[in-house]
Amino acid sequence: MSAHGHGTEPHAPVFTAAAARAELDDILSRYPTKMAALLPALWIVQRERGWVSEDGMREVAELLELTPAYVKGVVTFYTMYHQHPVGKHFVQVCTTSPCNVCGAEDVVNALLKQTGCGELGVMSPDGKYTVIEVECLGACGFATPVMINEDFIDGVTVERVPAILASLE
Amino acid sequence: MGYPHQPHERETLVLSKHFGEAEARTLAGWKQRGGYRALDRALRMEPAQIVDIVKASGLRGRGGAGFPTGIKWSFMKPGDGKPHYLCCNADESEPGTFKDREIMRWTPHALIEGCAIGAYAIGAETAYIYIRGEFTEPIRVMEAALAEARAAGIIGSNAMGSGRKVDVWVHRGAGAYICGEETAMMNSLEGRRGNPRIKPPFPAVAGLFGQPTTINNVETLAAVPDILVNGAEWYTKFSRPDNPKSTGTKLWSVCGNIQRPGNYEMVMGFPFGEFLHEVCGGALPGRKLRAIIPGGSSVPIQTLDEAEGSLMDYEGMIAGGSMLGSAGCIVIDDAQNLVKQIARLVRFYAHESCAQCTQCREGTGWSQRIMERIVAGDGTAEDLDTLLSIADNMTGKTICVLSDSCATPIVSGIQKFREDFEALIKRRTMHPVAAAVA
Ligand SMILES: Cc1cc2nc3c(=O)[nH]c(=O)nc-3n(C[C@H](O)[C@H](O)[C@H](O)COP(=O)(O)O)c2cc1C
Ligand code: SF4
Ligand code: FES
Repeated sequence: MSAHGHGTEPHAPVFTAAAARAELDDILSRYPTKMAALLPALWIVQRERGWVSEDGMREVAELLELTPAYVKGVVTFYTMYHQHPVGKHFVQVCTTSPCNVCGAEDVVNALLKQTGCGELGVMSPDGKYTVIEVECLGACGFATPVMINEDFIDGVTVERVPAILASLE
Repeated sequence: MGYPHQPHERETLVLSKHFGEAEARTLAGWKQRGGYRALDRALRMEPAQIVDIVKASGLRGRGGAGFPTGIKWSFMKPGDGKPHYLCCNADESEPGTFKDREIMRWTPHALIEGCAIGAYAIGAETAYIYIRGEFTEPIRVMEAALAEARAAGIIGSNAMGSGRKVDVWVHRGAGAYICGEETAMMNSLEGRRGNPRIKPPFPAVAGLFGQPTTINNVETLAAVPDILVNGAEWYTKFSRPDNPKSTGTKLWSVCGNIQRPGNYEMVMGFPFGEFLHEVCGGALPGRKLRAIIPGGSSVPIQTLDEAEGSLMDYEGMIAGGSMLGSAGCIVIDDAQNLVKQIARLVRFYAHESCAQCTQCREGTGWSQRIMERIVAGDGTAEDLDTLLSIADNMTGKTICVLSDSCATPIVSGIQKFREDFEALIKRRTMHPVAAAVA
């Protein structure tokens, strides 16, 4: 089960667990360098802890024989690694032009209102939601696509928002 | 097929024939549909023979640039004693494009088969499929299909009993459009920031892990098995008689203000006007189509007239004032503020610039601010010239073409829809600072 961090308490190590370690070893066997396992290793950290903390970066750095500063440089390049705890339901809405002309901004506004977030990128007071706008999700013919954690929902309209939120725990 | 719709009778179904069929995702279902015959045959051929067939088929890269695939493969020198790599580009992040997603969701084994054939043909034992991080479902489907293929010995150290090693792995991206650029993708795969590399050296000389590498788009590789089974000549027939340079079928992603958005598989050279109005159902009730971006957000915007007069192949779209690109067709109707949508595309490029090159880092940001100011009604008459001059500085001067791509909608928009910009500028209330310097 994935745990989603709500505090800023330091991460417990991830790869001390035998299963995670075996998963990483398997990944390492696919590449000629250890560094190539960096993105996959960070994904494992985020899956297990909900976000990638400095502790998480240090742990990965040590395992892959990289410096923590190097790992941080990589983490900050990519948009999908959370460097802070996020709401239990991390909601990403595409508003790039193809979705924009189909009403994506209305979907964002409905989500901001009905989750209680009010503002983009701000966690709702109950810690349940964070809503952000993202660039093209590669599903433009199914406007508006919305990603909630690892789940992808096609064709979201303002009308569907209440039912989608109701289906989340 | 015009997935998620029923196939239209004017489509030519090759790649998309099995879209929507859940059984086609399984190894058994795929084999029932003739799957892995091409790989079996390929592994018994000399790599050079495969390269020759792909060359003769006229297949060109479906990732955007349209480079002939067989020629690209022939740059990989056999027997150089170095490990070779194949990277399958499944980063699909170009606004308007969502075809590779459907290939991976519905026919994962077609892609595995194409990757394995490609890898063997270029002398690689390992292929990585780099999938954008947001594609969680395609990743799950691909991982499941790879596990089945590996367990069945189709890929692995003795692929289909041939004695050849062909491994295929999924590598998940983590959110960055620029990682679709081939050298950025190699950096990302190596565990680095996704900055494009300066070329030369070209990937075929020093690519992934410094070794000879070929990068191909999902659709390009997925097209290969059918070419091997049916022959190069079969593939060349999917073209217009007067243009042998574009062959085969092409998936067109259609989105925006259109009756039936979806993926359509069309033969090269099909009339674009008939495609938009008939196959895709034309404009929404009570509205009119106004601007078309036919090949993903990086290609020039077309007027409706230009679009209606174009033919859907590489040369036909250029003659029609644009480019085929990734065939991600964005349709904008008369109910939209076109300038706002161009500004939104510019914001996309500004957000996605990797910031290595000054012209791109600064140019995308300046362009975004000026475009947004115009949309807000604060534009000045000089803004259009300023935009064009920034665009000029952003074109042809940077490490990769993201910078050029940002300039394209601005330049083509001002050229073809100047009245839309001017209407917004006329409404402006002069900004106090601008008024002071004016
Ligand atoms: C900024 C940028 C983004 C790109 N994104 C993609 C992409 O998402 N998918 C893709 O296949 N090609 C993309 N390309 C093109 C690749 O660099 C490369 O040309 C292509 O993957 C080669 O495969 P092909 O010959 O089969 O088309 C992009 C290029 C640039 C400059
Ligand atoms: S053109 Fe832009 S995206 Fe491409 S390398 Fe330069 S700064 Fe990066
Ligand atoms: S523009 Fe929204 S998914 Fe592509």
